[in-house]
Amino acid sequence: MKFFLECDKAVHVCDKSQYNEASFFEKLMLKLHILMCKFCRGHAKRNSKLTKTIKSANIKTLRPEEKQQLKTKLRQEIDNGPQS
Amino acid sequence: MELLNPDQWVDKYSDYLYNYTIVRVNDHIVAQDLISETFLAGLRSKKNFKGEATERTWLISILKRKIIDHYRKINSKKGKAEVHITYRDDDAEGDWLEENAADPFDKNAEDRMENKELGLAILECLDKLSEKQATIFKKKTIEDFDTEALCKEYNITPSNLWVIIHRARKSMVDCLEKNWFN
Repeated sequence: MKFFLECDKAVHVCDKSQYNEASFFEKLMLKLHILMCKFCRGHAKRNSKLTKTIKSANIKTLRPEEKQQLKTKLRQEIDNGPQS
Repeated sequence: MELLNPDQWVDKYSDYLYNYTIVRVNDHIVAQDLISETFLAGLRSKKNFKGEATERTWLISILKRKIIDHYRKINSKKGKAEVHITYRDDDAEGDWLEENAADPFDKNAEDRMENKELGLAILECLDKLSEKQATIFKKKTIEDFDTEALCKEYNITPSNLWVIIHRARKSMVDCLEKNWFN
């Protein structure tokens, strides 16, 4: 009977579900495990809180091309600039 | 003695500087220009960097001055600041102040500012991870890369990836609990 998850498996499913990559069945097993396991319950709570927090921060990143442009500019400055 | 590594600056700090800037100038192009000016100014004055502050703090101090200069410039173009209060119609005399107050259900500037500071706190915590962990975590969590693409890019197996992600998430939770949640 492989109905009950071990803790390390539960933690892995919990990580995957933060990225919507856990299957329905996996999530169900996780829920069952969490009902019984205090440790994983705490972990799952903090893990989801991290996901929510990062989403709500709405962090913007520069596109790779834009970073590349910045690098090129800097490199030019280093090459041409007065050596001091 | 070489204290600074300009080549790594962009990878390490541009997202942080960008998030700091965008909430203050609210224009993508302007923000990018200010960041590039900041890096260049940093490069020119790197002999003044004593290594007492972290590089990031030092770059932010340059960036702050650039942002202030930016507002000085656009303000001097405008001539002077003017404040207009318009009555929406003539009969609405009396309660204009209340009527013109911002909609409380609108997300206000302070909320937005708070959110941006949260963004910076998250990026600061990211700094504490190893470089590989930080990049992979950022790509997966903030830039929404999918697992397969990341595994290919870094030539790792999915289970390697999940181990990295798991460790990164653990440190991030610890760090944010210390620096943000209380």
